[in-house]
Amino acid sequence: MNANVKIPAPLAQSAPPTPGRARRMATAVGLFGLQRLLPPVVILALLGLLWELLCSGPGAALPPPSVVLSETWELIIDPFYDNGGNDVGLAWQLLASLERVAYGYLLAVIAGVALGVLIGQSDWAMRGLDPLFQVLRTVPPLAWLPLSLAGFQDSHPSAIFVIFITAIWPIIINTAVGIRNIPQDYRNVARVLQLNSIEYFTSIMLPAAAPYIFTGLRIGVGLSWLAIIAAEMLIGGVGIGFFIWDAWNASRISDIILALVYIGVVGFCLDRLVAFVGRRITRGAPAA
Amino acid sequence: MSYLSIEHLDMSFVRGKLASQVLRDINLGVEQGEFISIIGHSGCGKSTVLNIVAGLLDPSLGGVILDGKEVRGPGPDRSMVFQNHSLLPWLTVYENVAVAVNKLFKRSMSRSERREWIEHNLRLVNMGHALDKYPQEISGGMKQRVGIARALSMKPKVLLLDEPFGALDALTRAHLQDEVMKIQKDLGNTMLMITHDVDEAVLLSDRIVMMTNGPSATIGEILSVDLPRPRDRIALADDPRYNHYRAAVLSFLHDRHRLQ
Repeated sequence: MNANVKIPAPLAQSAPPTPGRARRMATAVGLFGLQRLLPPVVILALLGLLWELLCSGPGAALPPPSVVLSETWELIIDPFYDNGGNDVGLAWQLLASLERVAYGYLLAVIAGVALGVLIGQSDWAMRGLDPLFQVLRTVPPLAWLPLSLAGFQDSHPSAIFVIFITAIWPIIINTAVGIRNIPQDYRNVARVLQLNSIEYFTSIMLPAAAPYIFTGLRIGVGLSWLAIIAAEMLIGGVGIGFFIWDAWNASRISDIILALVYIGVVGFCLDRLVAFVGRRITRGAPAA
Repeated sequence: MSYLSIEHLDMSFVRGKLASQVLRDINLGVEQGEFISIIGHSGCGKSTVLNIVAGLLDPSLGGVILDGKEVRGPGPDRSMVFQNHSLLPWLTVYENVAVAVNKLFKRSMSRSERREWIEHNLRLVNMGHALDKYPQEISGGMKQRVGIARALSMKPKVLLLDEPFGALDALTRAHLQDEVMKIQKDLGNTMLMITHDVDEAVLLSDRIVMMTNGPSATIGEILSVDLPRPRDRIALADDPRYNHYRAAVLSFLHDRHRLQ
């Protein structure tokens, strides 16, 4: 988790900048750009070139990047248009999906941490619930969709339920492992201080298990984002998943490619966001 | 009746059908302000004795009486310094002590009194300069100092030390031993320490409890160390009485109760 990332030299020190200092700083920033930014840019350019070459010929099934860019230019420059119905900008589509993920994921976090604490604490609950969880967690997200549509009779809560049921398993399992791995020493400290169960929960259990819990939360947010795209393809309405399905039905392949890029970037940001919050809360404490 | 009285302690661990007796008939009285070391080969159950006094383990037979009350379960009147410091890594040095002080003296001290008490205990172990450091940012010896400050801050009747310097290098260990001696002189704490270091036992203790080997370990001999305080490790190195006590413990451990 704590990869040894190089950090650029700190800017704006209190000492007045001297020419030598400024030059050193510029060198440091330049070096950072060279080492960290150059390789992905070069690889991206090479892959784009390869794609352009492969798809430029007549009879190519997929459009080359230049065509994608020109065909989707309107979507790129105006992400916030709203023509009513499903015909809204990509930003609105993404926000609609993110809203569903937020609801489902937050419910999964609350229920998952609570259940994880329960089976981490109690051998009885562990023996009773663990086999059930192990079977249920292998059910693919979309397999829950017909059942939840039947149960909720509405597409909106069904999509949220699919997110919930997808994200909850890694959260439960990692939380339980974290609780089980709390060192005996910490428990002894709590016993000597005679902490009551609420004090124990907030001041020992949650922080001690936090690195594990955040591992679960990170896996969970990734899975929710995977599930929402698939679920939206089936339930329709506004959302980036349905946008792709709609584009496929209208043979707008370039739109699909643009949507894929956006989905990837948003998924990456979600993962980094949860990782960032985790690092802030656990203060980089190791998971042991 | 002694201040701390360990009476007829028996301890057996039962695993399946196998019961193994670890301790047999341990009797020990400790007076207020006394420094007692318990020494013995590893596996003789000396840590088990300490855990029973702490209330972290229940004895099979017998019991512990502290200041006229029977020990039932762990409590802050018997605070413990753990061998591996067991500081909470997500809290700063200050917060690690605050967790204890805020819990125990929430009603009896005002916020500023508690703050002052926390800082006072950390200054006592010379950690006043690192209040906002996290445990992973300080050395092993410093962590152990914070562990000692946390234990002292609970105003315990008995301070229990479970091989507190075992994981430290020799120089740091000597330094911390001197500080514990100074703290005990200033505060007059009753201390019960587990150790396997003969020099440490002789230097720090009023009495040394020597345990026989397990299984069914018990107290083999109790040696009173009649050296004037304050004790100075350099002066004592040439002192015939010091060497006599040292030889007595060594001969108990290595002649009469050699580990098989």
